Amino acid sequence: MSNRSKIFFKGVADVSPLMIPVVPFGIIFGVLAIDLGLSPITIIAMSIIIFGGASQIIFLQLFSAGASSLIILSSVGAVNSRHLLYGAVLSEHMSGFKMTWKIIISYFLVDQAFAVTNSYLKKSTDKDKAFHSFGAGATCWVIWQITTIIGIFLGSIIPEKLGLSFAVPLTFLALIVDDLRKLINVIVIIISGLIATLGYEIIPFKAYVIVAAISGLIIATILTKLKGSNNG
Amino acid sequence: MVEWSLIIYCGLITFFSRYLMIAILKKEMFTDRIREVLSYVPSAIFPAIIFPAIFLDATGDILIENNPKIFASIIAITIGLVSKNVLATIFSGLISYWFLIFVIFN
Repeated sequence: MSNRSKIFFKGVADVSPLMIPVVPFGIIFGVLAIDLGLSPITIIAMSIIIFGGASQIIFLQLFSAGASSLIILSSVGAVNSRHLLYGAVLSEHMSGFKMTWKIIISYFLVDQAFAVTNSYLKKSTDKDKAFHSFGAGATCWVIWQITTIIGIFLGSIIPEKLGLSFAVPLTFLALIVDDLRKLINVIVIIISGLIATLGYEIIPFKAYVIVAAISGLIIATILTKLKGSNNG
Repeated sequence: MVEWSLIIYCGLITFFSRYLMIAILKKEMFTDRIREVLSYVPSAIFPAIIFPAIFLDATGDILIENNPKIFASIIAITIGLVSKNVLATIFSGLISYWFLIFVIFN
């Protein structure tokens, strides 16, 4: 096996354990989208064009609630703003990559691919190290497309009273449950959640996601500042 | 019918938020302070999806009493904190929800 394919398959192997929670997530997305009346072609196109679980779920929820394009786009932007956080780390290790590689890796870079890419690039000096990110990202992509299609098929079989849509908040809950150990996070979570819930009907244009998120970040900015000045 | 242009724009936003971080952002562009605040993005945005899905009923009214989703979420949080496992969190919540709606509340 060539060096490149060796590195590619190392990426595949590294990311595979992280794919386990992605399987139900992808299926749930497909099932929900069918429930909301989207056509299978549209659903598959979303998974290919957007290729981001949180973005796609937000899209579905706001779209089905009748939100405007502007609200949907800004909410998807807010969901994606967490990616900017990774910038400092990754750009450093990828500065030598060709632009084509940067584009390919960017498209594939879901959270799971980021996690393994980051830890690999930190220690690798191999000139073909881009193939690791490629392998990890392509794995995520294939799993996401397959589970979307499974969800599309199951969507027409699974009875609605099973309440599978409840898996959506549970999935996001699972992503932040560890943050409940930290006081500032708990305060931010409660404030954002309350604003979204109480504002769901009141805040115009279904802007509750973006209003709650910005409020939460403002609170986080204030609280971390207070904490910092207490320590200093 | 979903507007195709909307899907494509969402795809572009998602792509560029990732591309930006690889191609343009430099380490020195982020102070520790900005990084600290950005680390709260998941805590700020995910509750906006979680809370309404738990506390609101199908018509958008707040539902506190006899709401099986609240109990199931508490169980999921407890399991999540103890196990630190994403799958265990999701499935403990789902299974307890099904138990509640099909056995207890039925």
